[in-house]
Amino acid sequence: MPDAPAVVVDDVQKRFGDTVALSGVDLAVAEGEVLGLLGPNGAGKTTLVRVLVTLLRPDTGSARIFGHDVVTEASTVRRLIGLTGQYAAVDELLTGRENLRMFGELFHLSRREAARRADDLLERFDLAVAGDRPARTYSGGMRRRLDLASSLLIRPRLLFLDEPTTGLDPRSRSAIWDITRELVAEGTTLLLTTQYLEEADQLADRIAVIDHGHIIAEGTGDDLKDEIGGQVVDIVLTDAAQRPAACRAVPDADLGQGDRNLRVSVPAGDALQALSRVSLALRDAEIRVRDVGLRRPTLDDVFLQLTGGDPSATSPPEGTASGTEEGVA
Amino acid sequence: MTITERPAEEPRPSDPRAPTSPAARVYWQARDTWTVTKRNLRHFMRQPRLLVFSTIQPVMFVVLFAFVFGGIATVALPEGTEYIDFLLPGLFVQSAAFRSTQTAVGLAEDLERGVVDRFRSMPMSRAAVLAGRTLADLVRSLAVIVLMIAVGYLIGFRFTQGVLGAIGAILVVALFGYLMSWLFCWMALHVPGAEAAQTAGFVIVFPMVFASSIFVPLETMPDWLATFAAQSPLTHAADAARALSIGGEALRPALLTIAWCVGLLAIVIPLAVRRYRTIT
Repeated sequence: MPDAPAVVVDDVQKRFGDTVALSGVDLAVAEGEVLGLLGPNGAGKTTLVRVLVTLLRPDTGSARIFGHDVVTEASTVRRLIGLTGQYAAVDELLTGRENLRMFGELFHLSRREAARRADDLLERFDLAVAGDRPARTYSGGMRRRLDLASSLLIRPRLLFLDEPTTGLDPRSRSAIWDITRELVAEGTTLLLTTQYLEEADQLADRIAVIDHGHIIAEGTGDDLKDEIGGQVVDIVLTDAAQRPAACRAVPDADLGQGDRNLRVSVPAGDALQALSRVSLALRDAEIRVRDVGLRRPTLDDVFLQLTGGDPSATSPPEGTASGTEEGVA
Repeated sequence: MTITERPAEEPRPSDPRAPTSPAARVYWQARDTWTVTKRNLRHFMRQPRLLVFSTIQPVMFVVLFAFVFGGIATVALPEGTEYIDFLLPGLFVQSAAFRSTQTAVGLAEDLERGVVDRFRSMPMSRAAVLAGRTLADLVRSLAVIVLMIAVGYLIGFRFTQGVLGAIGAILVVALFGYLMSWLFCWMALHVPGAEAAQTAGFVIVFPMVFASSIFVPLETMPDWLATFAAQSPLTHAADAARALSIGGEALRPALLTIAWCVGLLAIVIPLAVRRYRTIT
C-alpha cells in the first residue's frame, strides 16, 4: 500500500483501570509530514505513541501505519518505524558504540554493516569521542542523541519522537532540533510529542492539541492562533494604581496577566485603527504607559485557552460585559 | 553539529529483511538470541559487585560445607566415601538453582529499563530477550561449575568416572539449571519488580535445595521428608551428577532429570514467551 497515509488513528480508546488515557482519538499524518502532538503532562501523548509503536493494544478503535494495523500486523509496522522515547532507551552498561552495533544487529544488518552504521551515526551525532564509554556516563543530551541514533540504524519511514527534549538544557535541545530538521529535510515522516509550544511551533508542519485523552484542536500554528482570535493591543501601564482609570478610558479592555497589564482584542483588519484609538484614549485620560503594542496571540495563549487554563482571560472583565460597542473611531 | 552526507547505500526499511521462510525465521531467531546473549554477558562482566558475589558465594559454599559438615556427614556416607566427593556434585545443583533466581532478577531489571521498550518496538524475534537471558545465565552457570571444580580439587575432590562421566555430570546440571532459569523467567514476568522476583525466587529455591539429596543422603532424613525429597527433581539431578562424578546408579536419575527438564521446558518456554508478548 504505497499511498496509504503514514498514520491513521480511528477512534482509539485506552483505559488503565479507572483512568481513561485515550478517549476516542482520531488523527491522520500524511507521508512526509511533521505532526506535533502538543499537550500537558498526562494528556495521553505517550499512551498514543505507545499504541502506535505496537507497545500497547488499544481497547477499542484501530490504528494503521502506512496501511498496516498496529495490532494484527505489528511485525510489519515495526519494520517501518523508529521510536525515541521520553526516557532514553539505551543500554546503560554498554558503550555508545556497543549500543548502536547491538541495535543494528537486531535490525538484522550484517555485523559489518552494523559496525559501519554505528561509526557513521556516532560521527553524525557528535558522539565519536565518547563512543567507547559506557552510556551510563553520558550527559542527558548525549543519551538523548544516542537514543535518537539508535532509531536510525535502519532509516525508518516514520519516526516517533516522544518528548525528545524534555529535561534538556537549551544547547542540547537545539542540537536535537537541528538533527530533527535534517531528518525531515531528508523526507522522514515525523510524529513529535511535546509539551513545549515553542518546539511544536519550530518543528511541526501541523499541530494537534491533545488534552484529557482526546484531540481538541488541529491545524498549523497560524490556524490555531487565528482560532482564538486575531491580534490584540497589549498595554503595560507604568503604575498599577491607574488600571481602573485605564479601564474606564478603554471600556473594551480585558485585564491582562500582570497587575499593570491590559489587553484589547482587535477586530479583523482594524489593527492600526484600534492601536490609535487605544493610544488616544489613554493619552486623553492622562494615563502613563510603559508599552503599547500590537501582538499576535502566542501558542501559549492558544494552549491555555484550549486546555482551559484560565477561561476568564479571554472573556471581558466585569463591568465591561456590555462593552462590545464600537469604540471611538 | 554538522552532518556528513548520508551514504548512498544506507539500508532502507524496504529491504526484504522480513523473514519469509521458516528456515530464515529460525536463523534470525538464533541470531537475535545470540545478540542479546552477548549483551547480557557484557552486563555481567561490567558489574564487578555481581561478578565478585556470584563467584565468591559458590566457592564459599564448597569450602564451608566441606569443612563444617564434613566431620559429621561422613558417618552417614557409605564406607570410604569422603564428604567432599559426595558434596560437590550436589553443590553444582545447588549453585545452578540459586543462580537461576538471578535470571528472574536480571529479567525484572530489564523490564524496568527503557531498553526493553526499544527491543519490543523493533522487528526482532520476540523470544530473543528471554532466550538471550537464559542462555547467558547458562554460560555463567557453566563458568561457576568449572570454578567450583577447581576449588574442589584443591581440597581433595576427584572425579572417578573418567572424562565422559565428568562431562556428563556437568551437562546434567547445566540442563537442570537451564530449566530453572526458564521457570524463573516465567515467574519474573508475573511479579512486579526485581526485589519481588528475588524474594519469590529465594522462598521457592531455598527449601527445595535442602529437601533433596544435595547435602545429605535421603536415608538420614525423617520418612516424610525423605519421601518428598525422593520425588524432587533436585534429588534426581544431584544423584545423576554424583553418580556420573564418583560412581553409582547413574542411568535412572539422569533419565528422570532429562524427563523433568524436557517436559517442563516444553511447557514453560511457550508460556513465558506468550506472557512476554502480552505484558505492557
